[in-house]
Amino acid sequence: MASNSSHSHPTPMLYLVIFGCLVAGTVLTYLAATWEMGIFNPIVALAIACTKATLVVLFFMHVRYSTRLTQVTISAGIFWLFILITLSLSDYLSRNLFSR
Amino acid sequence: MSTSQTTTTEHHSALAHQFDSMAQQQDASTFGMWVFLLTELMMFGGLFAAYLIYRLKYYEAFVAGSTSISVNWGFINTLVLIGSSLTMAMAVYEAQKGNRRWQVNYIILTMILGVVFLGVKAKEYYDKYDECHIPGSVIGKGFDAIGGCDVKNPKLGNIMEEIRDRGNKNGHPVPEPSAKQTAQQTEIFFSFYFAMTGLHAFHMIIGLGLMTWLLLRANRGEFGPAYYTPVELGGLYWHFVDIVWIFLFPLLYLINRTGAK
Repeated sequence: MASNSSHSHPTPMLYLVIFGCLVAGTVLTYLAATWEMGIFNPIVALAIACTKATLVVLFFMHVRYSTRLTQVTISAGIFWLFILITLSLSDYLSRNLFSR
Repeated sequence: MSTSQTTTTEHHSALAHQFDSMAQQQDASTFGMWVFLLTELMMFGGLFAAYLIYRLKYYEAFVAGSTSISVNWGFINTLVLIGSSLTMAMAVYEAQKGNRRWQVNYIILTMILGVVFLGVKAKEYYDKYDECHIPGSVIGKGFDAIGGCDVKNPKLGNIMEEIRDRGNKNGHPVPEPSAKQTAQQTEIFFSFYFAMTGLHAFHMIIGLGLMTWLLLRANRGEFGPAYYTPVELGGLYWHFVDIVWIFLFPLLYLINRTGAK
């Protein structure tokens, strides 16, 4: 059979471990929201969400086992989303910076 | 890398003539699915960017709106959706092994969890309808976050009262005009809430349609080690919708829950 890397997938045991991590992340994100951390509340919430999303993408969506082309394309897409959000926010957050 | 010679040993009915091998065909399909999912990412990304900008501008109103939606239902729905991702991943695993019975079972389980998610969502939407928290004046009695929506129970959905109660409890009393203004601004939060969860729920409904199609094909025993691409790609779609919810849950339900014990 072809020894293509896209054909080796994780085992059910690994899927259960990932599921456990996702449940733990959900509990953690709720607990984090009940603690007063000021500016760090949204940062912690988004960091946990990004970690959970990365686990889903790498293992449930098999990107860890995908071709290099697919991996590079996904990275480019996520980078583009990063540009969309950071440049939009840097505009809106800096509008009243020098008008005090 | 596969060469043209390998085609003599692989001869599957699902192999399209432009591909050398089943492996090459699956890689091409997976790549194409991901390009589609990245366009979906851009669509949701635009909504997320707009959400973040308005959240920074109307933070108090976003906290008040977020606190008025049920974190318990949101939490349960997150677990339901993560569970459905697990069963979907297992369906792909069983399809790859060619186990007809279990791939059918896992697809059915995924669909049941998807329906439970939509049911909970419908209940949450109905609660917001009851509280007159649906933006605009078309649905129900129109948007009203300062009472008067339900004559018998003026406390129902009265966000202005909640803001003042919370302020008094924390020792920072909020004067009525500013509490009223914040309560009225929660309409912006609810616009984002319904647009984002609505678009997400719409994707869930499409996902259930895809699952029905996969279920019929899996039941006919069409998938096995050589060909399971539709299950794999259906799974990618389902997991993507799960990822969107992973971000929606903290952003909409958990903006600030420090008041919750």
